[in-house]
Amino acid sequence: MLEAFDKLGIPLHEREKLAGVAVDAVFDSVSVATTFADKLAELGIIFCSFTEAVQNHPDLVRKYLGSVVPYTDNFYSCLNSAVFSDGSFTYIPPGVKCPMELMTYFRINTEGSGQFERTLIIADKNSYVSYLEGCTAPMRKSSQLHAAVVELVALDDSEIKYSTIQNWFPGTKDGQGGVYNFVTKRGRADRSAKISWTQVETGSAITWKYPSVILKGDNSVGEFFSVALANNHQQADTGTKMIHIGKNTKSTIVSKGISAGKGNNTYRGSVQIMPKAENATNHTQCDSLLIGDKCGAHTVPYIEVRNPTARLEHEASTSKVSDDQLFYLMSRGLSEEEAHHMIITGWSRDVIKELPFEFAVEASQLLKVSLEGAVG
Amino acid sequence: MLKVKNLHACVAENKSIKILNGLDLYIRKGEVHVIMGPNGGGKSTLANILMGRPSYEITNGEVEFNGKSILDLAPDARSHLGMFLAFQYPVEVPGVRPWQFLKASLDAKAEANREKKISVREFTKIFNQKVEEVGINSNLIKRSLNEGFSGGEKKRNEILQLQIINPLLAIMDETDSGLDIDALRIISDGINSMRSNQRSFLIVTHYQRLLNYVKPDFVHILVGGMIVDSGGPDLALKIENSGYKDYIK
Repeated sequence: MLEAFDKLGIPLHEREKLAGVAVDAVFDSVSVATTFADKLAELGIIFCSFTEAVQNHPDLVRKYLGSVVPYTDNFYSCLNSAVFSDGSFTYIPPGVKCPMELMTYFRINTEGSGQFERTLIIADKNSYVSYLEGCTAPMRKSSQLHAAVVELVALDDSEIKYSTIQNWFPGTKDGQGGVYNFVTKRGRADRSAKISWTQVETGSAITWKYPSVILKGDNSVGEFFSVALANNHQQADTGTKMIHIGKNTKSTIVSKGISAGKGNNTYRGSVQIMPKAENATNHTQCDSLLIGDKCGAHTVPYIEVRNPTARLEHEASTSKVSDDQLFYLMSRGLSEEEAHHMIITGWSRDVIKELPFEFAVEASQLLKVSLEGAVG
Repeated sequence: MLKVKNLHACVAENKSIKILNGLDLYIRKGEVHVIMGPNGGGKSTLANILMGRPSYEITNGEVEFNGKSILDLAPDARSHLGMFLAFQYPVEVPGVRPWQFLKASLDAKAEANREKKISVREFTKIFNQKVEEVGINSNLIKRSLNEGFSGGEKKRNEILQLQIINPLLAIMDETDSGLDIDALRIISDGINSMRSNQRSFLIVTHYQRLLNYVKPDFVHILVGGMIVDSGGPDLALKIENSGYKDYIK
């Protein structure tokens, strides 16, 4: 299995040394390798496969598993809770700032299979962690199912930054095959804690995914930054839920949807201000970019306010790559493809800049590759 | 350097709108040509057509740049040959920083001409130096290309690009419009400092006032899609006094 990673250009043991990134690799829902575990252990950080966590840290698993996403939550979280075989587990002890990015690579190898991995991250009081998740799947004719559950628990004064680059196989140009990506991601932020979701979604035939934050503690902060791309026959239905429970809670949503080919992109989001959430604020920005005339962009924001002191802002825009922009860039020597790429990554910059540097470069390249054939 | 022979062009989407009707223009190395004319005469169209804007269609004629026919070339290929257009209305490109844009521009040209790419360090040095020379607010230049720039700042940014890209032929499309006197002087200085016996300019303008700062070799009057008169700088002064009425039938 490690060989397969090498072929992908993800040589685990080299990568860790070069980038100083700790990596956990999950193949077909089985964790195959975790690096840097020893070094992290010195700080009391636990970064291991779920199987190991169950064996070595049963108390933590028992206490937090299912505490944010209960098995009764929805059909796919229930399925995941019933059958998940492995996944990734992270615990940051009180007061510890994790000195390196933690990364998990997920991969579906077997044809006609599903992946049901589970991720649980606990940031104890006043700790910090930046966690990266990368997903790939090779081309298969038949469809595959990915029904993961990710739970984040940010205790008082802690911060979790969770970044995803999702590049599951999107299906063929005619819409055959591809991964159905039905994922439940949610975090709970306690007093003065912060949870930040950043995602670049370029893969999967169908994506349903709404990384959410329950802003339970006073002064907690939730963020969601997303770029979703739907090319050919892809459907990306993604967004977030920000549930404000505590006082002075604050959330920010920046969602960028790029539609090309016959792709459809939907932002579906919900901002809820509960009765006791005094002085909650939310800023939402939803931008759509259309390439060609057969694609679609949809925005479905739900807003539910039950406290009159709340302040919510919602901005939305829809635009196209204009001929004027293309001509301008091309007149300076950029090819049509380069010009498109520059306009699109520039347009997505507010989100991409939230990614750790190495991931940002990868994300930009991924947007380029995913749009090949969509322009010109 | 540039030969335009009997050029006819119309709007690509509506061929009944003819804009150029047999235009001839010949620019040698090192010369500065100015094109003046009434609104709707085809000045800006000419500038855009030379650079290859796809919204116009060439129906007849020929354009050669350094002996090579360019009408079948895309704008990027024309740029690689050494042509440059300073835009009348530079577009905003959100999220793209001028530094990144210009580096990509130089890299693309180097690649097309099989030359070595400039290093980040060397480029940054030149970039910073030129930003200061052209007098662009250095905070502005860290933001997105042309986004939130005032009209004058956009024009300065065009001059910055001109200076860094270093073309053989610079086509200036009403670069002087909408500028206050200080900005006009800076733009003119930018053009003058670029003048050399290797580089030519084609300056499209409405006003004679630019010519107080930039001394052209030739002035052409473009009316009804044709050049109806040519001369030296005196011609511009004559137009300033008497307008275009003598040329309009």
